Amino acid sequence: MPSNPDLLKLIFGRLSLDSFPYHEPILVVTFIGVMIGGLAVLGAITYFGKWTYLWQEWITSVDHKKIGVMYIILGLIMLLRGFSDALMMRAQQAMAFGDSAGFLPPHHYDQVFTAHGVIMIFFAAMPFVTGLMNFVVPLQIGARDVSFPYLNNFSFWMTAAGAMIIMISLFVGEFAKTGWLAYPPLSDISHSPGVGVDYYIWGLQVAGLGTLLSGVNLIATIVKMRAPGMSMMKMPVFTWTALCTNVLIVAAFPVLTAVLALLSLDRYVGTHFFTNDMGGNVMMYINLIWIWGHPEVYILILPCFGVFSEVVATFCGKRLFGYSSMVYATVVITILSYLVWLHHFFTMGSGASVNSFFGITTMIISIPTGAKMFNWLFTMYKGRIRFEVPMLWTIGFMLTFVIGGMTGVLLAVPPADFVLHNSLFLIAHFHNVIIGGVVFGVFAGITYWFPKAFGFKLDPFWGKMSFWFWFIGFYFAFMPLYVLGLMGVTRRLNHFDDPSLQIWFIIAAFGAVLIAVGIASFVIQIVVSVMRREQLRDETGDPWHGRTLEWSTSSPPPEYNYAFTPVVYDHDAWWDMQQRGFVRPTEGFKSIHMPKGTGAGAIIAALAVALGFGMVWHMWWLAILAFVGMIAVAIGHSFNYDRDFHIPAEEVIETEEARTKLLAKQA
Amino acid sequence: MATQTAVHETQTPVFLAKEEPHAPSSTMLGFWIYLMSDCLIFAVLFATHGVLGRNYAAGPGPKELFDLPLVAINTSMLLFSSITYGFAMLAMAKDKKQATLVWLGITGLFGAAFVGLELFEFSHMIMEGAGPQRSAFLSSFFTLVGTHGTHVTVGIIWLITLMVQVGKYGLGAANKRRLMCLSLFWHFLDVIWIGVFSFVYLMGVLG
Repeated sequence: MPSNPDLLKLIFGRLSLDSFPYHEPILVVTFIGVMIGGLAVLGAITYFGKWTYLWQEWITSVDHKKIGVMYIILGLIMLLRGFSDALMMRAQQAMAFGDSAGFLPPHHYDQVFTAHGVIMIFFAAMPFVTGLMNFVVPLQIGARDVSFPYLNNFSFWMTAAGAMIIMISLFVGEFAKTGWLAYPPLSDISHSPGVGVDYYIWGLQVAGLGTLLSGVNLIATIVKMRAPGMSMMKMPVFTWTALCTNVLIVAAFPVLTAVLALLSLDRYVGTHFFTNDMGGNVMMYINLIWIWGHPEVYILILPCFGVFSEVVATFCGKRLFGYSSMVYATVVITILSYLVWLHHFFTMGSGASVNSFFGITTMIISIPTGAKMFNWLFTMYKGRIRFEVPMLWTIGFMLTFVIGGMTGVLLAVPPADFVLHNSLFLIAHFHNVIIGGVVFGVFAGITYWFPKAFGFKLDPFWGKMSFWFWFIGFYFAFMPLYVLGLMGVTRRLNHFDDPSLQIWFIIAAFGAVLIAVGIASFVIQIVVSVMRREQLRDETGDPWHGRTLEWSTSSPPPEYNYAFTPVVYDHDAWWDMQQRGFVRPTEGFKSIHMPKGTGAGAIIAALAVALGFGMVWHMWWLAILAFVGMIAVAIGHSFNYDRDFHIPAEEVIETEEARTKLLAKQA
Repeated sequence: MATQTAVHETQTPVFLAKEEPHAPSSTMLGFWIYLMSDCLIFAVLFATHGVLGRNYAAGPGPKELFDLPLVAINTSMLLFSSITYGFAMLAMAKDKKQATLVWLGITGLFGAAFVGLELFEFSHMIMEGAGPQRSAFLSSFFTLVGTHGTHVTVGIIWLITLMVQVGKYGLGAANKRRLMCLSLFWHFLDVIWIGVFSFVYLMGVLG
């Protein structure tokens, strides 16, 4: 071993052998599992010689459909990680009563609940909704790609880089023990001197940049690239919700970036923004983080409302009830989501009038949301409802979300909130709306658009299994938490003294096991569907009798989406085309102008991981090198002016003739 | 008769565009949206300064620290650079490559003078023991002004890159679009600086 500590410190910063948690059996076993799995995947790619394919067709691809699929794969992987944290918490709380300390010591338990929240929101839910929007929006508006295809690829890889930084913390060092929003003073350098909060900061900063740029991109796409005839009030509802979501992203994420930058200045430079002394103000952090945080939950739920609107109209065979009220409700929710952030800390002591204002604005949000609920119900009324899997998720959502909404209104009453603040009632409430709304919405969306992305449907048996286990499991897992919350049990506890509470935690743990079966069924569903893909094949491009433009092209759509740009007269454009005798042309195809792929996004994102790692461990040379490298690659990329190409007419003709044959076989 | 009219009315309209519709470039809109998000970062920093800007922690305040004549010279550097950027854009509109490059160069020099004076001011304050660690007021001051200065520095790097690209590839459509984006960015930083000058320096000294 070298004996010069200064040199070691210069090279490795804070990193030493003790940083590796080899004394934690859970982590060692996980690490071995991840290594075996990872080597198996890498080995398989090498064995089948797929590296070039992966690099050319996926990693460097600027095709919005492939990027959307990659977002959803990222979300699924991170969902598994976040859910294993959830299982550990449920097991710990079901066991740790009286003399039993459970199996997770407090310092580990605190990391687990922090990681669960961070991963589920930033790296499972966000990639899911961004992925759906990326895949669906350009197809729904009749565009060939997004406005800035290269930026789209870069945004995805930055999100993946953020996830990577968070995952590294599992095996190198530790994660934050502060809860998912890292409130100071707990997260400041004197109370959290370790690397956990730094992993948190850099993971979120890197991923947040990707999210912000993807928001800019999708707004520009929706505003500028709609097909001729598609005025704003003829956009499909999903595209409307995507527009509002991306406006929220652009208006909220800079606040997160700024507030995390201030926290890192406090930690790295010794400034006094959020310290207890020298004039700092902790509540400044809590206000700012929720000015981002509350819009964030609407960023997650609005696209899911869009999914439900598409699913309900399709599977009831009816035009969506109250299209314009749906649009206005979405816009009103977008605006109101900025006027409610203080309800997360009524107990701060802002006084009665401030609390009343935020309590009332919070309750008002339930009005447009309720209007949406009735619109979906009235769409179902007298419809020919087909209980396919996406529709099951939608009905499950309608039942569950209403309960979550009502407990939300209850929490919006400041005096009630003083009793319920920080209790398990709150935990039950937001899982009620996030699982019942976002998770069910994402699964509905994945099942609905899967045949569009891959050309075959998902196996309905395993889809129904997944739905029922999730649905019943949710009630078992979270209804007990409402009860416990009303009894005064607070969140984030590692151990309980009162044995009479244990039965509720055991019921909740049973619910988590049911959800685990639901997640397993979803994974099995994908595997079974790939194996049975010939039976599940969709050759029409429109397996559900959909109403919007994406169902008018083939499944999977060609790289260029549409051989001819569609002209739109109605918000159910594809339905309108079919009703009014649209005949698909079989000749006259021309060459098509498309953007070229580029590796710059993936390279800059990889350097961002190195930058984050260097900053976390105080390896300044690595951070500086990575940062300079990122700028150099970005500038180098700007010298490449040759960014597009033409798909030759022969290739378009070949693709379209194959589709003509398939359609003729159907008829 | 009635049915016939109905059939006539529902005759199949044109559902596919014969000619590829000319997609208007989204770059300027996209860049505007990005600038608004950047504006929000500054909004947060202004708000933070608004809340913490009087928390001197028994340390020095604006009256002792700010050298208004220096800041006035600094401000004029940035305002001049905006004017010269405007001249660069006028030259670009007339497709005069050399004139564009000269005005861009002058803009970059004004920008560098601005950053240099700011660094001088910062180092002076830090030497006096009024660094960002001294009080919440100074933390928010250094962060707000420093974030603006970092933006100007990024703008200068971008400007140099564009000068090389214009020199090498001329004033094509892509380069003109990039110059337009940097123009927006540069004037945006000017507007932010007006806010910094008024709210941080002038109102700070007024007390």
